[in-house]
Amino acid sequence: MAKKKEEKMSEWNYAPAPESTGHVSIKERYDLYIDGKFVKPSSGKYFATINPATEKTIAQVAYANETDVDLAVTAARKAYTDVWSKITPTERAKYIYRIARMMQERARELAVIESMDGGKVIREARDVDVPLACNHFFYYAGWADKLEYAFPNRKIESLGVAAQIVPWNFPLLMAAWKIAPALAAGNTVVLKPAETTPLTALKLAEIIHDCGLPPGVVNIVTGYGDTGAALVNHPDVNKIAFTGSTAVGKIIQRAVAGSGKKLTLELGGKSANIIMDDAPIDQAVEGIVNGIFFNQGHVCCAGSRLFIQESVAEVVIRKLKRRMDTLIVGDPMDKNTDIGAINSREQLETIKHYIQLGEKEGASMYQSACTLPEKGFYCAPTLFTDVAQSSVIVQEEIFGPVLTIQTFRTVDEVIQKANNTPYGLAAGVWTDKGSRIFNLTSKLRAGVVWANTYNKFDPTSPFGGYKESGYGREGGLHGLEAYVKLT
Amino acid sequence: MQFPDFTQAPRIDKVGVEERVARFQTRSIKSETKKQGLKMILNMIDLTTLEGKDTPGKVRQMCFKAMHLHDVLPGLPTVAAVCVYPSMVSVAKKAVDGSGVKVASVSTAFPSGQAPLEIKLADTRFAVDAGADEIDMVISRGRFLSGEYNFVFDEIASIKEVCGNARLKVILETGELLTLDNVRRASDIAMYAGADFIKTSTGKISPAATMQVTYTMLEAIRDFMDATGVQVGMKPAGGISNSKLALHYLVMVKEVLGNEWLNNHWFRFGASSLANDVLMQIMKAESGHYQSSDYFSMD
Repeated sequence: MAKKKEEKMSEWNYAPAPESTGHVSIKERYDLYIDGKFVKPSSGKYFATINPATEKTIAQVAYANETDVDLAVTAARKAYTDVWSKITPTERAKYIYRIARMMQERARELAVIESMDGGKVIREARDVDVPLACNHFFYYAGWADKLEYAFPNRKIESLGVAAQIVPWNFPLLMAAWKIAPALAAGNTVVLKPAETTPLTALKLAEIIHDCGLPPGVVNIVTGYGDTGAALVNHPDVNKIAFTGSTAVGKIIQRAVAGSGKKLTLELGGKSANIIMDDAPIDQAVEGIVNGIFFNQGHVCCAGSRLFIQESVAEVVIRKLKRRMDTLIVGDPMDKNTDIGAINSREQLETIKHYIQLGEKEGASMYQSACTLPEKGFYCAPTLFTDVAQSSVIVQEEIFGPVLTIQTFRTVDEVIQKANNTPYGLAAGVWTDKGSRIFNLTSKLRAGVVWANTYNKFDPTSPFGGYKESGYGREGGLHGLEAYVKLT
Repeated sequence: MQFPDFTQAPRIDKVGVEERVARFQTRSIKSETKKQGLKMILNMIDLTTLEGKDTPGKVRQMCFKAMHLHDVLPGLPTVAAVCVYPSMVSVAKKAVDGSGVKVASVSTAFPSGQAPLEIKLADTRFAVDAGADEIDMVISRGRFLSGEYNFVFDEIASIKEVCGNARLKVILETGELLTLDNVRRASDIAMYAGADFIKTSTGKISPAATMQVTYTMLEAIRDFMDATGVQVGMKPAGGISNSKLALHYLVMVKEVLGNEWLNNHWFRFGASSLANDVLMQIMKAESGHYQSSDYFSMD
């Protein structure tokens, strides 16, 4: 048996590998994109969008009010009536393909801006957000002239003007999720990006403009919550698609009630990630890390409630802590960074509030041994053990890199606990046994259940929630259905 | 030491392993990190010739290369070891004498391992007596695949006994084990039976070393360390012929096991053509342009 021998430590650490930003052009000021033109907001007001990693202002962005929203909806209505509902589906497809291709051509620029404006790491923006966003356009472009095959023996009509409000966690990707199926189905769009991350949507406006899309088919209005409210309440909107918090989702649902507007909501989550005793442990640990620390935990379907079968709990937690210590936290623009900046000061405060609450509730906390940059909004990867279903940090969505860990003894127990939440967006199951996978997937009340993987997205598969995680589906055929009237 | 039930070895999910390995490959290795990494790679190489047509002349030339990688550039390390057949050990030993380069010898009826235990023991003893510092044995893959784990375990333990002070590397020949579950099980058997190193391949079978297989073995090494406190080395062999790939292996070792393993006492590359590609990259970093392969000696 080899003796453990003290060797001189040859430290080998990664030198900084910053993504170059020389190829990116960002204007000092961005206007609204309405009726195929970039126009100043009627109020003349602009707001700053900052880089959460440096707290520096990147650009000034137009603040749209009711008048601007009305202009945008009017333009969308006109474009719908005069052009978009009249051109052949094949023509529509050509435009959508063109958007997808032009996004691919400008993928690096989009990735860099996504990272700068939102704090996400360049590796994820480059390898996940942008390619997936392109793929959504490609996928739905394919459906544009095949709608009658999508819904056989049904009569398909487009809806009209779609009002779409997207969140700050995947700004470009969420815009793609919303715009692509809407256009493919023959609708026109008014999109409102989140106030902390408007830049990639505005870059997308430039791309759409360069594609020669008829004016008014896609309009992009930036602003805060009141801009979104004006859009939701506009009487000439036929369809509302919202992704964001459950609290705002409820407000929208109330506002829309009785208006005849079609509504889909993709809201919060507190998804269960379940590790059975026969799971491939090292791969499960990767899945846990990917489930909760992907995009700093700013993921609606994040696997934020971890359940580990008691017989393997000790080894899983030990390996998880060790793996957390190897995660590189810091400059999102460095190609080697694993965990970037929290999206905003406000969100960082929310996360800190929950971390303090967890400690106050008596849970045991572990944070990875990393040094955080002095400037910018950062939070170390965090986990809590010694928590129960009745702990607030187990019940409420934190939307940050904070994991709660509970143990369980039997399959029935974990099904009960996993479903014991007002949410129902996603779940993960880790086991070597196929029969266990089928048993759990049929009993977990969640829109998506991943088996031996987590946070996998594809334009062909539907995504959406149960209960307070919302209704309606995005992606795949199901996502198309949200933008058509079937008779 | 308590021995685990090898039939219940930890499960490995192939898709998960592939994803993890892809992540290592996204690491960006630049400037000083790259230079330091390239020199480390040179110093971790087991320069190898394992051919039926090997002669003392060929072995002596390779040994000279092992000690003089590229004398144009001062400050380069030597390789870790030369790896030869038992019949060439005494020649190699004499050739590298005093240089710090170790002599590794394959044994146990390498590469097939299809010989009785007495012959494998005699083969090993011969190499050790001739001065081998390290023994690279092969496991009986046929026995392993037919579920005779105790046989495989006992065989390794017996070889370990005759190694004396020579460090034992156990070649799993993962290209014949087919599944990562098997790779993990064979790794556990080898380490509990006394391996100082576990090694992927003979280089005679395709596929030889892959990052997926090596990753699985590194996790096994980590678990063994957790369970027993004993550190075991890793040697991927065959198929690693360029610098970029070798750097990815270093990233993987660093992130799975840590810096403690990043030296040639605990990590080796079994390779014959890797050294020159690394030298070419080092010269590129120094001069800013690539030189033709004619400027690098081939021994």
